Amino acid sequence: MRALRRFLSGGWLPAYAFLYVVFLYLPVIFLPIFSINTAATPKFPLSGFTLHWYEDLPRTPALLDAAWNSLVVGVSAAILSTVLGILAARSITRYRYPGRRTINGLIMAPLVLPEVIVAISMLLVMLQLGLSLSLFTVVLGHVLVCIPYSMTVLTSGFEGFDRSLEEASADLGESAFGTFRRVTLPMVAPAIISSLLVCFTISLDEFIIAFFLTGTEATLPIYIWGQLRFAAKLPGVLALGTLLLFASFLLMTVAEILRRRAARRTQNEGGLYA
Amino acid sequence: MPEQPSPADRPRSERAMIEIRSVTRSYGAFKALDDASLTIGEGEFFSLLGPSGCGKTTLLRMIAGFDNPTSGSISVAGQPMEGIPANRRPTNMVFQSYAIFPHLNVEQNVAYGLKRLKLQGSEEKRRVEEALAQVSLTGLGKRLATELSGGQRQRVALARALVMRPKVLLLDEPLSALDKKLREQMQVELRRLQQAVGITFVLVTHDQYEALAMSDRIAVMFGGRIAQVASPKEIYQRPVNRQVADFLGGMNFVKGEIVEENGASLVVDTLGFGRIKTDKPKAFVRNGGSATLGIRPERLRVLWDNATAKFEVAGKVVERHYFGEITHLIVEIPGLEKPLSVTETNDFGADDIPVGTSIRLAYEPEALVAMAD
Amino acid sequence: MTVAAEGSPPLRMARAKGNALLRSEPAQGLALISPTLVYALILLVLPILVVIAHSFWTQNYLTIDRTFTLENYRVALTEPIYRDLLWRSLCISLTVSLLTVLLAYPIAYFISFHGGRHKSLWLFLITIPFWTSYLLRVMSWKVILGYNGVLNSGLMGLGIIDEPSTALLYNSTAVIITLTHAWAAFAILPIFVSLEKVDRTLVEAAKDLGDGPLRSFLRVTLPLSAPGVISAALIVMIPTVGDYVTPKLVGGKDGVMIANAIQAQFGKASNWPLGAALSVTTMVIVTMMAGATVLVIRAVQRLAR
Repeated sequence: MRALRRFLSGGWLPAYAFLYVVFLYLPVIFLPIFSINTAATPKFPLSGFTLHWYEDLPRTPALLDAAWNSLVVGVSAAILSTVLGILAARSITRYRYPGRRTINGLIMAPLVLPEVIVAISMLLVMLQLGLSLSLFTVVLGHVLVCIPYSMTVLTSGFEGFDRSLEEASADLGESAFGTFRRVTLPMVAPAIISSLLVCFTISLDEFIIAFFLTGTEATLPIYIWGQLRFAAKLPGVLALGTLLLFASFLLMTVAEILRRRAARRTQNEGGLYA
Repeated sequence: MPEQPSPADRPRSERAMIEIRSVTRSYGAFKALDDASLTIGEGEFFSLLGPSGCGKTTLLRMIAGFDNPTSGSISVAGQPMEGIPANRRPTNMVFQSYAIFPHLNVEQNVAYGLKRLKLQGSEEKRRVEEALAQVSLTGLGKRLATELSGGQRQRVALARALVMRPKVLLLDEPLSALDKKLREQMQVELRRLQQAVGITFVLVTHDQYEALAMSDRIAVMFGGRIAQVASPKEIYQRPVNRQVADFLGGMNFVKGEIVEENGASLVVDTLGFGRIKTDKPKAFVRNGGSATLGIRPERLRVLWDNATAKFEVAGKVVERHYFGEITHLIVEIPGLEKPLSVTETNDFGADDIPVGTSIRLAYEPEALVAMAD
Repeated sequence: MTVAAEGSPPLRMARAKGNALLRSEPAQGLALISPTLVYALILLVLPILVVIAHSFWTQNYLTIDRTFTLENYRVALTEPIYRDLLWRSLCISLTVSLLTVLLAYPIAYFISFHGGRHKSLWLFLITIPFWTSYLLRVMSWKVILGYNGVLNSGLMGLGIIDEPSTALLYNSTAVIITLTHAWAAFAILPIFVSLEKVDRTLVEAAKDLGDGPLRSFLRVTLPLSAPGVISAALIVMIPTVGDYVTPKLVGGKDGVMIANAIQAQFGKASNWPLGAALSVTTMVIVTMMAGATVLVIRAVQRLAR
């Protein structure tokens, strides 16, 4: 009876939460562990420490090409989707008009649609339009899947932006453009940078769309996919994966910090303005 | 504290600073402001007073240029404002939320508008210092906006607007976010500041005490219409109708029959107060043979022991409410529909009058004013 | 920079009274969102329409025959191979959604009700693994579950099993485990958000009126968080039906799902119309399943009262 009561009062929750976090992190942690293990197959017990697999990475031209491609695609996709995200997030948070929710839903839809279907649909249209598959088509695809994330980050930065701040600027003699430059932009800059980082990270890690929409050029995930067929290449893939993992961790942490700063900034304490 | 002339006696400049002519603002069928006309004088401290949704903020925002009249016109300093955007108007505003730029420090906030004027560095600095001194913020220039208290934010907002040397300063409920004590302190300071800089202040508020304490004149608004424009004393003592009377504080209403009406006065027969001769309000419209008279609770005084007065009514205390320095008595008067509410200071023991006591109340007939329903 | 052009609406209204319609708030909002909207229309709506169109056409080698036919749908729905794949995909995705929601709810509840000052830290901790590459996360499960993998070698090292088990990798269970892990955070967030919206005084009121912890949870907290549970279920269910990477890497023969078949039609098999028909069928069925899930959760929610 007592045990049941404890169960109901939620005394087990912290332990459960701890185990859950372990479940979340454990698989991911095996990548770095085996990337510095001397054995060519990932198994226990560990056989010894080495950085050998990392040293091989810069000596692989195909990998360097893929890394460069990923960088180009990531930067382009991040900029494009953030620009489109700014427009949409600003419109959604600032204006009321009929169809606002529908449009928002449509723009956010790629988030919940099966990626394969999104990818093959785009593939069909691009082929119909006579676009030859290349990194450019990958960028187009990545922008579509990045916009929802960009929107989410930017909306949280724009929301609660006290409209009287812009009115105050106009009231003090500033023009519409000056107001944007001196008030709006500095206030939402952290959110914009955060959106850029998030979109870059998503593009860097994205596989399916790149897989369908690229021509002959590979991005990093496609390169990894290709290497997975060869058991002997696994440690190298693990090393590369580990680097990608840490890059993503780092970028997302910075992005999150910036997003919070932006959200805090726009919370005007005297926000009684209605 | 220097001696201040009471707002009502202060000479007002004859020159108009703001002229509002038949301004209407409609949103579809709804009229936020309905045919409002108003003249606000140069150097005047003017308040727009009313409950929320009465159109006072709409009117203020139209003066600032954030909204435009559907019809009618507004001019500031003799210049019609139609088509002139907010950033080119000689008005500055203190926002209800203060709208302090959170990414700038106090100095940068105050200097925000000056940057556009391309002043010399030293001149800009001097004006910022001067503005900060005016609102007693000297030395806080480097503070971040996020590190300020509510009262300090309000001062920054004031300094930021005043530094522009506007012809008119607009204040949108500037004290509503402050606690009671700070609010009362700022009322005094705002009034003093306005006298020091001598520019026209237009204040929007829903707090009648705030308006009464600070203004030269007040416009009381209801449902998009201006009900009365007058000095605080006039508004409080001679409200034009029951709605204005109620909004400005407690008022006992007494019905009566008009027995005589001439150019300046009315004679009314009332049940509880007998025959009363009172000034006829300028805009008095006779509604059949009856009239409504009003008397403020504090204009009724309890008569102690054997004291007598020339005019008195007798009744019985039915309720007593204690408020610290004053006591509120509800007194039933034979013949009156509703009992009278009486406010008495506690220095003579009004707080000790038991419920059920028969008492007499003294009044001056001039305190009973005629008004529209 | 385009944002600059729109300015603040009241200023604009002042400038252009004559053109009130164009300068109105809805018009400005729509104008501002139009580039993004157009992008989504061209690269999402149009492609989906094209896929739907293709599903009614046929292909002869490299040319598309545009006469209307339902043949592709007949194949998609009656050929045992596709029927089985669809059925399996739906079962897997349903299981995964159920598991993720069941596992995620206590965590979301814990963070929301007992997270204290560290709520955002907890959320960050839980979401961060999901910002790493999906491909890499699936890959790590392959490393764990493989014949020579972490789990087998670990269990052998501990003396629990004598020889590597083949039961771990290359089957539906491996797919379910991997997907459950992969989508965990996506289920936690919506449930957390809906729990945050539950007014704490309501729970206190229920207790004040005599409900114990379990009853107040069942009668107040759970029903009020139902919207979060619904969106968590949908946000997991819809994408997992069409997952490609997981079945390919850890599914083996037993774990192949519909997306692999769709990909094959656009790749090796080169039968676009059939691939399109399979895609459309998947979307329609998953939408129906999603709708059914919403109805079931709502019904349960009503019963709980």
